[in-house]
Amino acid sequence: MSKENWGSRVGLVLAMAGNAVGLGNFLRFPAQAIQNGGGAFIIPYLTCFLLMGLPLLFVEWSMGRYGGKYGDHSTPFILHNVSGGRSLWKYVGVFGIFTNLAVAAYYCYLESWTLAYVWRSVSGAFAGYDSAAVSQMFTDYVSLGTSEPIVFWIICLLLNTWILSRGLAGGVEVAAKVGMPLLILFGIFLAIRGITLKEGVDGAIYPGTEGLNFLWTPRFDSIWDFKVWLAAAGQVFFTLSVGMGSIQCYASYLRQRDDVALNAMSAGWMNEFVEVVLGAAILIPISVGYLGVERVIEMTQTGGLGLGFRTLPYLFQQWGPILAALAGMAWFGLLFFAGITSSLAMGTPVMGFLRDEFGWKREHAAWVFGGLTLLLGAPTVFFFQYGVFDEYDYWAGSVSLVVFAMLEVILFAWVFGMDNAWAEITRNADIRVPIIYKYIIKYITPVILIVVFLGSLSGDTGILAKIANKDIYAEIAKATDPTKIAELEKKRLFVNASRWLLVAVFALIAYMVWLADRKRKREGYIPVIRND
Amino acid sequence: MKTSALITMLLANGIVIAMAGYFFWRVLRSGPPDEVDEDKANFPRGG
Repeated sequence: MSKENWGSRVGLVLAMAGNAVGLGNFLRFPAQAIQNGGGAFIIPYLTCFLLMGLPLLFVEWSMGRYGGKYGDHSTPFILHNVSGGRSLWKYVGVFGIFTNLAVAAYYCYLESWTLAYVWRSVSGAFAGYDSAAVSQMFTDYVSLGTSEPIVFWIICLLLNTWILSRGLAGGVEVAAKVGMPLLILFGIFLAIRGITLKEGVDGAIYPGTEGLNFLWTPRFDSIWDFKVWLAAAGQVFFTLSVGMGSIQCYASYLRQRDDVALNAMSAGWMNEFVEVVLGAAILIPISVGYLGVERVIEMTQTGGLGLGFRTLPYLFQQWGPILAALAGMAWFGLLFFAGITSSLAMGTPVMGFLRDEFGWKREHAAWVFGGLTLLLGAPTVFFFQYGVFDEYDYWAGSVSLVVFAMLEVILFAWVFGMDNAWAEITRNADIRVPIIYKYIIKYITPVILIVVFLGSLSGDTGILAKIANKDIYAEIAKATDPTKIAELEKKRLFVNASRWLLVAVFALIAYMVWLADRKRKREGYIPVIRND
Repeated sequence: MKTSALITMLLANGIVIAMAGYFFWRVLRSGPPDEVDEDKANFPRGG
């Protein structure tokens, strides 16, 4: 099989940045900042970026390039080689395929909402409706009131599959080169519009700067709150798409003479630009301008999704039909580009595994990925109201990432050895990586990740409470209406079933890794054994 | 806008824009890698 490579360095950096930039940059970050100290949130946030985000980027880029040297493009056998052939690590690498598949399953559906909302905005579907009606449109949409969600979901899956089938240089890279500049352009347009909102004009009750005041006024007492640090670490973690296995996969297509240090820095900071500069200047200034601070605080308690899909389309209508259509297209268009550049990155490791281990052709692997995403995503579409979507997001899109990142950094720094790791990070580097990162990667990053993991175990929304379905039982205990109780019981059933489905998918991938390992042994494969 | 909010915003945005711009500029101006193509070295599949 001929080795596939990236077409250009700029294309690679844009694809990596596109992988990191997702809907969370525009919807999750502002909500997290508001809930965790406003402007002071940026201090723990940037600290966690420097001590955990960047080190993880260095680790994953380096591991990927190292794996690519031996023809491995997915985490099971990249980790196997990095560990010096220790068997267990290839099963840890299962996370790097499982997470991508399970997250893509619900993420493509989320992506399809943005595409549908671009269409609705351009076609004037929100014109003349009040805020309650626009909000209800979203409820009807996810309740599958019409066939529209299914149509847009299938379009999204087909688009992803088609781009993936065209390969890295001809598909993913082209999508990133078109999508990322457009995303930034749309973001700048909306940010300028948001910040320049004037009180009393177009129905705004506050100027756009009111939202910026609210978001950026530092409340320094919150810096001493452990929960704020946990939230900042979580945000950095999810925004960079680390702990997924997609960065390793993209980096495995680098040539061995290519740099990883500067590329990782550039992609990482580009993501921060989109998140901190653009992400903070759109949703909150516009929402606060029309709704006021109190209402926005209340609405961001469950994240920014409601504001983004239920509220913003209505607020855009206050700007007149042409500007409303343009703003809607820009807002949902940028969310779509943020989404698709991420979902493409999720397809690549799954395809890489199938191609490496079972010799499948690229097109074949892409269509199988599309088919698996359809099958695994179907429960999130059809049983959305029973919490299946949220369940996938929690286990595959949150818990798995933390577990995998924690284990991979321990592997790279402690099993591979920090001297080897540092040599990999700095090999052919186009920048001088500060030597302090050698110690940060070895000591600080693993500790932060262990703390984040332990911190996410307990509490009302922690992993243990989630396993015990405490939230659903609490709702059942409060409910008095028998119909409501029956609905909650049904929800509990679907939640448990979706967990077992995810466990089964993980087990199936682990079985495929075992089969691949057996095949490799038959073919005389010898793992990399170091004598250090 | 409040002075404290303005300072925090300008500082955070300034740092992020400067870093993102600097590293992307370095990517744009960096030359092609060395001629020695390590990919042609005989790395066995899987190690």
